[in-house]
Amino acid sequence: MRQPTPMTPAPDRPKSPVFLQRDSYRRRRLMDAARFLPVFGLLLWAVPLLWSTSDEQAVPSSGALTYIFGVWAALVLAAFVLSRHLRRGEDEPEAGG
Amino acid sequence: MITLNALIAVCLTYVVFLFVVAFVAERSATRGRVGWLRAPVVYTLSLSIYCTAWTFYGAVGSAARSGFEYLTIYLGPSLVMVGWWWVLRKLVRIGRSQRITSVADLVSSRYGKSNLLAICVTILAVIGTTPYIALQLQSVTLSFEVFAQPGVPSPEEGARSYTALWVAFGLAIFTVIFGTRNLDANERHHGVVMAIAVEAVVKLAALMAVGIFVVWGLSGGVAATLARIDASELGQWQMDGGRWAGLTLLSAAAFLCLPRMFQVLVVESDDEGHLRTASWAFPLYLMLMSLFVVPIAVVGLDLLPAGSNPDLFVLTVPLATGQEGLAVLSFLGGFSSATSMVIVAAIALSTMVSNHIVMPIWLRLTGGGASVSGDVRNVVLLSRRLSIAGVVGLGYLYYSLSGGGTALAAIGLVSFAGVAQVLPAMLGGIFWRGATRTGALGGLITGFAVWLYALFLPSIGSGALPDAIMAQGLFGLNWLRPQALFGIAGLDPLLHALLWSMALNVTAFVTLSLASFPSPLERLQGAQFVNVFDHSGGPRSWAGGVAQTEDLMIMAQRILGATEAQALFDREARRQGTRGALPDPSPDFLETLEKELSGSVGAATAHAMVGQIVGGMSVSVEDLMAVADESAQLMEYSARLETQSDELSRTARQLREANQKLTRLSVQKDAFLSQISHELRTPMTSIRAFSEILRDSTGLTQTEQNKYASIIHDESIRLTRLLDDLLDLSVLENGQVSLNLRQGMLEEVIDRAAAAANDGGLRLKIRREARSEQVMLHTDLDRLSQVFINLIANARKYCDAASPELDIRVSDGAGPLVIDFIDNGSGVSAEARDMIFEKFARVSDHQAGGAGLGLAISRQIMTRLGGEITYLEGQRGAAFRVVLPRDFAMAAQ
Repeated sequence: MRQPTPMTPAPDRPKSPVFLQRDSYRRRRLMDAARFLPVFGLLLWAVPLLWSTSDEQAVPSSGALTYIFGVWAALVLAAFVLSRHLRRGEDEPEAGG
Repeated sequence: MITLNALIAVCLTYVVFLFVVAFVAERSATRGRVGWLRAPVVYTLSLSIYCTAWTFYGAVGSAARSGFEYLTIYLGPSLVMVGWWWVLRKLVRIGRSQRITSVADLVSSRYGKSNLLAICVTILAVIGTTPYIALQLQSVTLSFEVFAQPGVPSPEEGARSYTALWVAFGLAIFTVIFGTRNLDANERHHGVVMAIAVEAVVKLAALMAVGIFVVWGLSGGVAATLARIDASELGQWQMDGGRWAGLTLLSAAAFLCLPRMFQVLVVESDDEGHLRTASWAFPLYLMLMSLFVVPIAVVGLDLLPAGSNPDLFVLTVPLATGQEGLAVLSFLGGFSSATSMVIVAAIALSTMVSNHIVMPIWLRLTGGGASVSGDVRNVVLLSRRLSIAGVVGLGYLYYSLSGGGTALAAIGLVSFAGVAQVLPAMLGGIFWRGATRTGALGGLITGFAVWLYALFLPSIGSGALPDAIMAQGLFGLNWLRPQALFGIAGLDPLLHALLWSMALNVTAFVTLSLASFPSPLERLQGAQFVNVFDHSGGPRSWAGGVAQTEDLMIMAQRILGATEAQALFDREARRQGTRGALPDPSPDFLETLEKELSGSVGAATAHAMVGQIVGGMSVSVEDLMAVADESAQLMEYSARLETQSDELSRTARQLREANQKLTRLSVQKDAFLSQISHELRTPMTSIRAFSEILRDSTGLTQTEQNKYASIIHDESIRLTRLLDDLLDLSVLENGQVSLNLRQGMLEEVIDRAAAAANDGGLRLKIRREARSEQVMLHTDLDRLSQVFINLIANARKYCDAASPELDIRVSDGAGPLVIDFIDNGSGVSAEARDMIFEKFARVSDHQAGGAGLGLAISRQIMTRLGGEITYLEGQRGAAFRVVLPRDFAMAAQ
């Protein structure tokens, strides 16, 4: 006997799956890291705002220079590492996962 | 000591070298060898035009004067580059998919191709950039002066101006030559980009060389340098927090909005992958550029006499220590910074000025007659060249008017704050679909006005704004003081203006966007910009030229047809000299092909199709709208054709029907002629035969003679009747009949007709309703009776029922009188119905009777009497309807 075909329409397929393979998951987190990196840099470079400017407690310039350029070098390094890993799968959809 | 002339020689050699680099790069690009031109490192180095002479020389000066503030100018762009995933990636993708040519074009495209917005952005950019160009000219002039012999008095103002003029002239020439070489839709300038990349290396090398010399040569290593810094005037962190944060954000904003930065970041970008490399390489470049600034400043302050210009420490420190080669290298670094900035800024600005101001005006003046793309090509090139000369000239003019004083040095940040006004409209445009043209325009104008009033005019020195306004505010309103808006005084002027201009700009932008409603084009563009990653594919690459030509061939065959397409391609191949092969996709060939295709599918569609195959660019909304217009026209045209062909087939059907009728009539006429000759011949034969008998035979009895004579007489009567009918019909048809109008009862007319036609009711039974026949008529009763007689006689002759009956029904309604004659036979066959009223028509040949003139005569009579006679469909047997006006005289009126 012939089974009646179900009349309910097929549910819309979501644009991106809810759960991802391990590789894709890693890639998504790398994109998150790429997004977070400038925020991180901004926060670190905002630290000098907390430094005292009064004569007794002032931060010596050598320390200030070392800190700022240290952050700079760290950002460059992090961006370099991220850009290496983001090479593949650049066109993943924007949304989360 | 190196002489000024030697320096000029070095300088010229360097310029020639740059020309060669640019020329070689252009040659390689036109030959299609663009591999090395598209290296990510070239892209990264081209971004270095951010570091102008203002930063090359000025950073050290700024460090010597105000400590670490110079760093903010580099920190902002570093953050933007590190955060490329947020903004730059999207900007570059949009720039590629929408074929954006400038920052003004970006804003105008996003907000529904509004040229008003583009003009606003262009004006803002020109006002913001002109002082900046002047600044570059000043720095080159000052650096020349450094090499003038010490002891010799500094050159006159005129000589300074002279140097600046020559530099401006040379820069304009270079920019015109390499900036307007080709008019590409993508606006890429390989030669310029390559030259800039070389200059980037030179300026980095120069600054690093000076820095290394200072740290290891003069100070004795890193540790010693740090100790020296701590011991100097700059030994402690003395930085205003507000300026630190504000300038970092300002430089980040300006990095995105400066026309020259947008040019190299987005417009000249070939590949999104380059951004990935630049995301770490460019911050590295900036870091290296700023690494030695503080050591140079500290050593300069130590070494050089008090009061020397700290802006020139980069030059004067090597000179003071006898390192002339290093000084020349450093000079070249500064020269490179200045020239590359002016070149790219001039290209970017000229594109904007020419596209958004000059061309619209020119097109309007010439009546917009340039519909062919070839027409405007030369005009665009000319307007670009003039714009470049104009922009550089404006910079020179500003320089010579402002006198090259210290006022110029402050203009860098002022200019940054000016172009940053574009940021809300730009970022809002690519992230917020609700941003509208009204909002963007409102925000831009508000921010621009506040910037002009609170920062720009006060900054260009006394005279621009009267002292009264500076002290008491506009119109004497205290809260409108330029540097203390809304009564908030005591802020740093730059921060104050930045805060208020951006705050009011964003407020106006958001409020007006929320309150207004965008046009359809704006909404489409908004969706395309904000969701650019959903709409556009990844960067596509096109394998060699042959593959493209094959694709073009396939497309052309589909549209033009195989033979024509092959003929076209053969012709083009012969013209190009590549006999027997496919032609190269040269611009000429593509133009020809596009023209051919546009004949079939419309110009916009053809352009989109060819562009899709050759350029790999996506189709913009405007293209789509043009395509839709064309399709609508085509559809309308085909609909009209369809209507016409319908009409034609209808006419043809009518003609066919008429022809059939004519053919049938002709057949009937033939049949009638034979019939009438037969009808005429039969009585004539018997008349002749019997009259011959009477003449030739003797001895006929009286009875026989009488019999033969009466036969002759009867036949003569028959002949006469036939001829009478014919005559009657011809008289009726010609309208020569005279009617004999009388009063009478319908009943009497029918009585008379029935009596005359029915032989006393032996064969046909007539059913009548006497009551309904009591109608008084005023008409030609004899003629009417003739019609009735004919109808009744027909029923008697042709009704094929076993016991024939005829119904005569009279309906006496409000309208004309209707008399139906319906018999119970099989009726008239459908195909014969439209023929029975014709002359000589007979329902069938075998039922010979009359000559087929009766109904024709009846119809003529009824027409004369103002009524009609028709065959009544849908009855059992033959049915005729006679319609008669109640009063002929009245009907005739």
